[in-house]
Amino acid sequence: MRHIISVLIENESGALARVSGLFAARGYNIESLTVAPTEDATLSRMTLVTYGDEMIIEQIIKQLNKLVDVVKLLDLSDGPHIERELMMVKVRAEKSNREEMKRMADIFRANIIDVTDCSYTIELTGAGDKLDAFLKAVNEDLIMEVVRSGPLGISRGVKGLGL
Amino acid sequence: MELTGAEIVVQALKDEGVEFVWGYPGGAVLHIYDAIFQQKAVQHILVRHEQAATHAADGYARATGNVGVALVTSGPGATNAVTGIATAYMDSIPMVVITGQVPVPFIGSDAFQEVDITGITRPCVKHNFLVKRVEDIAETMAKAFYIAKTGRPGPVLVDIPKDVTDPSVRVPYAYPKKVSMRSYKPVEKGNVRQVRKAVDLMVKAQRPVIYTGGGVVLGDASDELRKLIKHTNFPVTNTLMGLGSVAASDKHFLGMLGMHGTYEANMAMHEADLIIAIGARFDDRVTGKLAQFCPNAKIVHVDVDPASISKNVRVDVPIVGQVKPVLKDMLKFLQERKTAPDAAALKEWWGRINAWRSVDCLNYANSDKVIKPQYAIETLHKVTRRRNFYLTSDVGQHQMFAAQFYPFEKPRRWINSGGLGTMGFGLPAAMGVQQAFPKASVACVTGEASIQMCIQELATCSQYDLPIKIVLLNNGYMGMVRQWQEFFYDKRYSHSYVDALPDFARLAETYGHVGMTIESPGDLEAAYKEAFSLKDRLVFMNVIIDPEENVYPMIEAGKGHHEMHMSPHLSAERELA
Repeated sequence: MRHIISVLIENESGALARVSGLFAARGYNIESLTVAPTEDATLSRMTLVTYGDEMIIEQIIKQLNKLVDVVKLLDLSDGPHIERELMMVKVRAEKSNREEMKRMADIFRANIIDVTDCSYTIELTGAGDKLDAFLKAVNEDLIMEVVRSGPLGISRGVKGLGL
Repeated sequence: MELTGAEIVVQALKDEGVEFVWGYPGGAVLHIYDAIFQQKAVQHILVRHEQAATHAADGYARATGNVGVALVTSGPGATNAVTGIATAYMDSIPMVVITGQVPVPFIGSDAFQEVDITGITRPCVKHNFLVKRVEDIAETMAKAFYIAKTGRPGPVLVDIPKDVTDPSVRVPYAYPKKVSMRSYKPVEKGNVRQVRKAVDLMVKAQRPVIYTGGGVVLGDASDELRKLIKHTNFPVTNTLMGLGSVAASDKHFLGMLGMHGTYEANMAMHEADLIIAIGARFDDRVTGKLAQFCPNAKIVHVDVDPASISKNVRVDVPIVGQVKPVLKDMLKFLQERKTAPDAAALKEWWGRINAWRSVDCLNYANSDKVIKPQYAIETLHKVTRRRNFYLTSDVGQHQMFAAQFYPFEKPRRWINSGGLGTMGFGLPAAMGVQQAFPKASVACVTGEASIQMCIQELATCSQYDLPIKIVLLNNGYMGMVRQWQEFFYDKRYSHSYVDALPDFARLAETYGHVGMTIESPGDLEAAYKEAFSLKDRLVFMNVIIDPEENVYPMIEAGKGHHEMHMSPHLSAERELA
């Protein structure tokens, strides 16, 4: 099963390596991992997406908790939560398809954030399947480059991950 | 008080109450060595290879319960220490390893004797630090010791660049009295409701077995365990790491379990309806095939490390906590109960266990012509039983024979590399034990292959007058490798014959020790007695044993507890499939 796990970790050198090293050493799947400092500069927040049966996910959570640098973590999949992912897509936008690309961006409520005489760069935020849908909808030959952030997640309501 | 970085390192060791540091100097730690030279409180022991520094610190920690400390230089000094660090990690031994590092501005430049030792050791330490500012040394040292000894213990590495210990820079020194870390809060007492649930199962159990590991030794919970066993009349088995936590002479003790465990211990596990696992981690050498592990049992698991629980085997009642307070609670709740464990059921259960015992699975065919390794260990016990005795071991057949045939009565007396299985561990570990207990009798049982992995330490023993007794069970083979090749590779003994052996007795003599070669069973006891009477001398006993003796019983890797091979000597067809 897919799980999305948020981790508050000391913002120290090597902290990211401890997490990625743990997944590599123990053979756990890791689909995406994003990390950035939080409003408290001594802490980083990590969001990682992983797959595994119940026993493996339990181990992943325990092993992450065991890392001395990990302050707190939450398996967002345990409760209602929101996921968002940012994607930037550079597409060919020349005479014939310039208008078509603009229309497609509008339909998906995406923003065109860079324009040249032959390309658009389109920014799109949403759940992963929405981003997938956009890529499917666009003519494959027109896509020059795709970059995705991997999902970020936050729980709904009062429950959350904080100190 | 203003101190240099190097002085802070040494002062921090003093403030932690450290008596000994095992180490080896080099460029990156010269400032620290200079600070060591100018004081007397912390005694430095110069080993001959950094692997031995970590093993000696480890042996000291296992025997005393204190944190072992090693100090090595950057680069090769640090990489040589890695095997010892991994050994301590696998067996959860509290240890602090200080490594020198190239100066901060050189880090990442492939400087002379530079390695990324925090990167290299990350998977085999409990935690590690790279200290980049002299102001951070004291706090980091305090954290390192705190992390090493609390919770599930383990090795912590502190990497200190040379410029951080610069003798021209002084900073105010104050050693933290207390360490508090928001990201590290080890548990203490177990959840009382969980303990009560375990007690419910214990009272109802018909066929219970207590299975305990190194956690009982590390958690100093041997007394509590013995009380629990006495109160419940439950049978108990130990892992390799747990030996000594219950007196081997206690009638409740079934011996070691697992791959080379006893018939009664493994059969009891297989037939049990309740397993109470305490400070044990369901290692593959213990469980055998997981699908067939304790098929009819509910499992209670007490462990200080939540990640050990339900890692390999799904448990019914997890109890996360220090073994000692949990066992105290468990005993208290049992005593409060009106209903005691089911005496009639236990009587029947003991009847079955005693029938398994009567197989006498460790029985072997002794010889008056050639020394059998089993006899060598039994005789060692006979000669040392009244002594204040510690036994360290290397890894292989001799280790299993020692575990099977030396009955340990107390915890922390059996010191061996269980998890990592590190050949070369025995002699340096014995140095650590002997240093801690100068008056105790310390022996190292080893093989001719293992001993050669750290044999240079005979020089260290000579320099520091360590009167260790080395019992080398010499069969000319890497015995355990040969045994597997005999069983599973049609006796193709690929590279397991250890050719070109030195004359060990003479080799020991060149290091200034006493050497003996013992070839006849009739000479063995007298030789041991003579060796142990030489109180101030290291005696190296080269005991020539039967070259092709095997360790029995044996469960093949991937088989169940009930599928043991018994010694062919016991009866040709005692193979219980």
